[in-house]
Amino acid sequence: MHELSIALSIIELAAEEAERRGAVRIDAVHLKLGDMSGVAPESLLFSYDLACEGTPLEGSSLVIEKVPVMVYCAACSIDTNPPSIQSLCCPVCETPTPQVTRGKEIEVVALEIRT
Amino acid sequence: MSAQPRLVEVRRKVMNQNDLLARALRERFREAGVYVVSLVSSPGSGKTTFLERSLTALRPLCRVAAIVGDLATDNDAARLARSQVPVRQITTGAVCHLDAAMIEGAIAGWDLDELDILFIENVGNLVCPSSYDLGEDLRMTLVSVTEGEDKPLKYPTIFNSADVAVITKVDLAEAAEFDASAANKNIQSVRPGMPVLRVSAKTGEGMDELLRFLASRVAESRPGGAGNQLALRIDERLRT
Repeated sequence: MHELSIALSIIELAAEEAERRGAVRIDAVHLKLGDMSGVAPESLLFSYDLACEGTPLEGSSLVIEKVPVMVYCAACSIDTNPPSIQSLCCPVCETPTPQVTRGKEIEVVALEIRT
Repeated sequence: MSAQPRLVEVRRKVMNQNDLLARALRERFREAGVYVVSLVSSPGSGKTTFLERSLTALRPLCRVAAIVGDLATDNDAARLARSQVPVRQITTGAVCHLDAAMIEGAIAGWDLDELDILFIENVGNLVCPSSYDLGEDLRMTLVSVTEGEDKPLKYPTIFNSADVAVITKVDLAEAAEFDASAANKNIQSVRPGMPVLRVSAKTGEGMDELLRFLASRVAESRPGGAGNQLALRIDERLRT
């Protein structure tokens, strides 16, 4: 359960960005979350609500956009989605590939604020 | 004051603080010429016994030290002290993983120039440590033969984040009816091309191969002086 630490980091970062923009209220935080980020969305949502209490983000919602894993296939020269996170290979030519190009991100991409 | 809702774009990585600190640590380790290996596994897969054996084998060959993370006790540090190398304990409390700031705190006051290899034993956990870069050169994921061949499929993220997989307790392989080829297939499926080593820290089986592997990685990453010398010393020791 490291989701609480992650939630605290998100809140800190969002509060800082909102203050810099003169926000009086923060309605929502939009987050991109990779399927291979090691973070479980359900646990993060649960931790987020708890961690927001008593902060400028209390009452805000966390909107998670999940990012599927993408790998680079050198044989086909394409970025593509592997069959699953347990099977990192090219779905076209079935060559195994260790090159993960997307799906590990934990990134705040937007805020819904009132100024 | 108008309180119109608006959407503003922000692009900030949540792990940035840890990542920056880990990068700075990696730079410090490189400048000091110390090669850093981290160990991750589930609780009970034999990290501490494996580490004790590795430290004892490496101690006559190079200057080695360890940092061990544990939730509540300093039992592991006490066990490792028997290998007579410098050991420092990080007690994380309720925190389920080590992060770069904890490593920075643990190495405070240590003269890194006096070390060749530093091991970091993470808290026993196959989920949380995957998100935290510690500034290590090599991440080892350990899995014991009693845990089942499908462990990599259940925890693909941590196996994917590792550089090498070490199958431990191979002396129990037969009793546990461990299917080595299935385990290897599953590891390759979540992390194609990853080297897999097999050891028994109890009998010493596979430890020579492990030392050879470490020596080659150290030589690769710290070319010139320390790395090559260490590789030569290990090689010489194994031949006699």
